[in-house]
Amino acid sequence: MSNGGANSVVFEGVRRLGAVTIFLGQLLAQCLPSLARPRLLVHQIYNAGARSLIIIMLSGLFVGMVLGLQGFELLQRFGSEEALGTAAALGLLKELGPVVTALLFAGRAGTALTSEIGLMRATDQLTAMEIMAVNPLRYVAAPRFLGGVIAMPLLAGIFSVIGLYGAQLIGVVLMGVDRGVFWSQMQGAVGLRDVMEGLVKSLVFGVACSLIAVHEGYHAEPTAAGVGLATTRTVVASSVVVLLLDYVLTAAFLQG
Amino acid sequence: MVVDVRDAYYAVGGRPIFSGLDLTVRRGRITAIMGPSGTGKTTLLRLITAQISADRGQVMAFGRDLATLTSDDVYALRRRIGMLFQNGALLTDLDVFENVAFPVREHTNLPEPLIRLLVLTKLQAVGLRGAADLMPAELSGGMARRVALARAIVMDPEVLIYDEPFVGLDPISLGVIQRLIKHMNAALGITSIVVSHDVQELAAIANDSYLLSAGRIAASGTPAELRASDSAAVRQFMTGAAEGPVAFHYPAPDYATELLAADE
Repeated sequence: MSNGGANSVVFEGVRRLGAVTIFLGQLLAQCLPSLARPRLLVHQIYNAGARSLIIIMLSGLFVGMVLGLQGFELLQRFGSEEALGTAAALGLLKELGPVVTALLFAGRAGTALTSEIGLMRATDQLTAMEIMAVNPLRYVAAPRFLGGVIAMPLLAGIFSVIGLYGAQLIGVVLMGVDRGVFWSQMQGAVGLRDVMEGLVKSLVFGVACSLIAVHEGYHAEPTAAGVGLATTRTVVASSVVVLLLDYVLTAAFLQG
Repeated sequence: MVVDVRDAYYAVGGRPIFSGLDLTVRRGRITAIMGPSGTGKTTLLRLITAQISADRGQVMAFGRDLATLTSDDVYALRRRIGMLFQNGALLTDLDVFENVAFPVREHTNLPEPLIRLLVLTKLQAVGLRGAADLMPAELSGGMARRVALARAIVMDPEVLIYDEPFVGLDPISLGVIQRLIKHMNAALGITSIVVSHDVQELAAIANDSYLLSAGRIAASGTPAELRASDSAAVRQFMTGAAEGPVAFHYPAPDYATELLAADE
């Protein structure tokens, strides 16, 4: 009996993974029909994307500035401060942009999605739609999922660009790295492949975070405590999944 | 016959909710389903609207066995049903007008002026045409329920289901809802199913009544027949006595023993 607990944890984990996968299938099936109402989708892109802009831009700026400072300090030891532009660009595009954006997205947009859908469940709005012969997956879940998936790469891109200017602000303006060297080194060293890596990552994180947020909200227990718990689970699950997927994707890109 | 439930069994987590439930709703009448809280009245509505399916037995609506329907059939069936939820269940991100227009926009391609006409006449019927621009959060409980009623009838359903329509209303709103139920039934020729534990309010409007208890129909007939029932359980419910077959106390160990045990 000693491994009974471990078995049930594994069982529960597999069961939830299966449930989320089935939910993803149902969601994808409703994505195309939900495009028939573009206003809903635009509204959700605005909700998940535009309303996350401030936090993403501020965080991007500070992360870029820290990168500029730490990068300069490190590179100076080897006498290669002029590589700061390259280091900052690769760090931001391939790692920090997608990952930090996804974590912020989970905290800002993901929690909002989960609690909104959870409250709709708790106040019978989803059931009312069912009774009105409107599929809530199509009307509520799919536009929010798609909105998140579309918003994430855009947010990650904005994060990286602002971050670069933050790094330049510290490296060039404060520490005296040559502006031309900063940008030309970057231009020479960063390829389309690096940009693609960041894009693919942010797209995958967008799918994961939006799926988790919508799934948790949709299946939240219809009580105040249930919605609260679901919101917490969204942040925890999204963060862990994003970091795990980040490793997997990084390894895959190094292989390929 | 609009709804016909025959010998239905339904259990949640091994706990039976219905065991051998029989119930018939006849066309054009107001059918009351009464029962103490927790006897599965709302579950019964979920059964009738095919949100859940019976473990055993048969649930028929509009002459079709719900167990044999595909999900497309279920959606087609639900378009013939309107339902009023206990808390209204209005969509919180849409205003009153858009809430009532919601089913129309989803199911038809009617031009905007026609939708406007349709929505305003339904809002007029529940007396809330003036509230068309308000958001659900700005409505009182009674108003929200009337908006939900306008939404429930906007697609001209054949059956209108009311889930606890009288709960938490002041006497005026209560009277308004009561009149509306009767009026909708008579004016639109709708079959009405009203689930509630407010015996007096129901008795005033219902044509047929069922009393639900312990997973089955304990009594049926007109409200007057139920009040004159020989069964102690039926009389207790209809008169609201605290003691009777339904005990006031939840099952507990002996009172004196438990108090003394707490002392030690």
